[in-house]
Amino acid sequence: MNTILFIIQKEFIQVFRNRMMLPIIFVVPLVQLIILVNAATFEMKNIKVSVIDLDLSSSSRKLVSKFQGSPFFMVKNVSFSDKEAEKEMKKGNVDMILHIPYGFERRLVKENAAKIQVIVNAINGASAGLIDAYSSMIILDFNRQLLVDFMGPDILSSAQNINVSSNYWYNPKLNYKTYMVPGILCLLVTIIGFLLSGMNIVREKEIGTIEQINVTPIRKVQFIAGKLLPFWIISLFELAFGLLVGKLLFNIPIIGSLWLIFLSAAVYIFVILGFGLLISTMTNTQQQSMLVSFFFMVIFILMSGLFTSIESMPVWAQNLDRINPIAYFIRIMRMVMLKGSDFHDIRDSFYSLVVYALAIVSFAVWRYRKVT
Amino acid sequence: MKRFTGFVIKEFYHIFRDYRTLLILFGMPAVQLLLFGYVVTNEIKDAKVAIYDQSKDEVTRKLTEKVLSSGYFILEKNLGNYNQIGPTFREGKTKLVIVFGSNFAEKLQREGRANIQILGDASDPNTANILVNYASGIINNYLISMNSGQVPMRIIPEVRMQYNPGLKGVFMFVPGIMAMLLMLISALMTSLSITREKELGTMELLLVSPLRPIQIIIGKVIPYVVLAFLDACIILGMGKFVFGVPIEGSLILLLAESLLYITMALSLGILISSITNSQQVAMTISLMALMLPTILLSGFIFPVENMPVILQWFCQIMPPKYFITIIKDIMLKGNGFIYLWKESLILAVFTVMFILISIRKFKIRLA
Repeated sequence: MNTILFIIQKEFIQVFRNRMMLPIIFVVPLVQLIILVNAATFEMKNIKVSVIDLDLSSSSRKLVSKFQGSPFFMVKNVSFSDKEAEKEMKKGNVDMILHIPYGFERRLVKENAAKIQVIVNAINGASAGLIDAYSSMIILDFNRQLLVDFMGPDILSSAQNINVSSNYWYNPKLNYKTYMVPGILCLLVTIIGFLLSGMNIVREKEIGTIEQINVTPIRKVQFIAGKLLPFWIISLFELAFGLLVGKLLFNIPIIGSLWLIFLSAAVYIFVILGFGLLISTMTNTQQQSMLVSFFFMVIFILMSGLFTSIESMPVWAQNLDRINPIAYFIRIMRMVMLKGSDFHDIRDSFYSLVVYALAIVSFAVWRYRKVT
Repeated sequence: MKRFTGFVIKEFYHIFRDYRTLLILFGMPAVQLLLFGYVVTNEIKDAKVAIYDQSKDEVTRKLTEKVLSSGYFILEKNLGNYNQIGPTFREGKTKLVIVFGSNFAEKLQREGRANIQILGDASDPNTANILVNYASGIINNYLISMNSGQVPMRIIPEVRMQYNPGLKGVFMFVPGIMAMLLMLISALMTSLSITREKELGTMELLLVSPLRPIQIIIGKVIPYVVLAFLDACIILGMGKFVFGVPIEGSLILLLAESLLYITMALSLGILISSITNSQQVAMTISLMALMLPTILLSGFIFPVENMPVILQWFCQIMPPKYFITIIKDIMLKGNGFIYLWKESLILAVFTVMFILISIRKFKIRLA
């Protein structure tokens, strides 16, 4: 036991005597939270619209002004030719084209139905989906209002009508930051833990100090434990710091139990550190270790459900995601922080993490050889 | 010249004899593109929905059927009372709950109106927003078909998803991964390879050799130009032949722009290596200052226009942003050079600037 304590002491001294370390521990989370949370947003405002109004009737003008009045849309240019509007979209000046054909109002009155065309720049699929949702909402709204204007208020009650009311739970204002902060906190802990542990043993290898340790009576398990614990403490501290910053700066809700968050984090960090150590034992230079870590990190992060939802992935990818520790932790964090899920709700993810931690740490211990 | 070619050959040996790194450099684009190409889509389908049907009559059954047969939703469970909604959401699977009011069909017949509540789990706000919209759209359509002829003055929006009808994720990952990997190979690997010579002390050997400093730098850079260019071709080829991402514009222009971007990234790498002395510092700078902006502040995943104004300014000084715009324009929109000269010029200016600064910073004197 004493041996482990000494290794831990050594690691702490090593970390804190490195002048780069303290800024990394305190500044990186701040910068990440502030930049990432603000940058990683799908919240659409000022969607730029090009309007082609060939009808020029009072109804079509009303529809256009409806778009103009919405906080989501901004009418950027008005033209009469498809070509010109499409050119604007090609240039990237507009995100959506609203095409009202000639005879729109006449058809509405005479044929009871009229078509309009909405063309969305869909290169970024997520934005396109939202633009579509917002615009159809406005058109539907306008349609109702139009009916009342033309036919009087009775029209809605004369036909059979279903009253649809919608309600957004947990986040009534659809604030995207609330959704991102828990995910970004996971990233924070992950990156710090991964970098610290991934670079650690390989650095000792590169400098040559690993040989000095190899000739001491320190056992493998003790060595790995001594390496893991300091980073584990630092990472947990990071999480606490991040939660505090998130609460103060973004006022994110923490509905569920803090204990549950830290309990899951404690297990999760072991997985990440184990992963880092494993890579560290399998590579020879810091450059290699960095590349391998980077490779896994990018895949894990992009498949974690942080930016795109896991449910819309194909089934095989969802199965593959079972070996993605970040996905488990992000799910847990979001559920507990935003919805107040309790242990019973997250138990599957939690137990998976426990199994994962045990497996990967024992694998790292087994893979580390004292004999060269 | 012979000396120079000899030096370039040495650099190639350096790279080719490190199998692991080489494997990662070529494996990374392939694996990442394959994974993301198939995995990341923004199309929402099969979202789990729970239904709390208080009346269980013909109309609600029909509506339920309509919702479930739309392809967007699958039934997770039927709820028995209001109190079950909270726990259902907390379990995390169900994204949407539809509540039909009591005596639905009867009220609809007699009073002409009946109530439906759509509750979305907005802890994921975007998905909730889109799903609620889908569901109310379906219900509205049903209403219209039920009243057909009775509801006058219907506006029918025809939506066309320009450039990417299937809302596929690949369309943003091909440009994004190109910008990211070319940056990684060009800037990061170059800066590491130069600082490593400094760290190991072999830089002195090179500086006292008859090779001129400019030759050393160019010799260092050439292998990475080749590697990066090969990677670019792999990504483009896979995008086209595996995922069917079109190349609407000119291929030659596309490759030329890629070369421009590679040169820019390389000069950035040289700049980093000329101001640092250890691999670790070079690595930290590259990762923090290059990768993060490349992924997040470039419009790769998140559109720049949605960010706060200050961050938008910040994005304007990120070279990858311009490259991603260029690639998307050429590949997906088929734009020619007339549309892109501004972005290309900015990249060129960045390149010249980085080179000038690194020439000033580069020391041929021994410490």
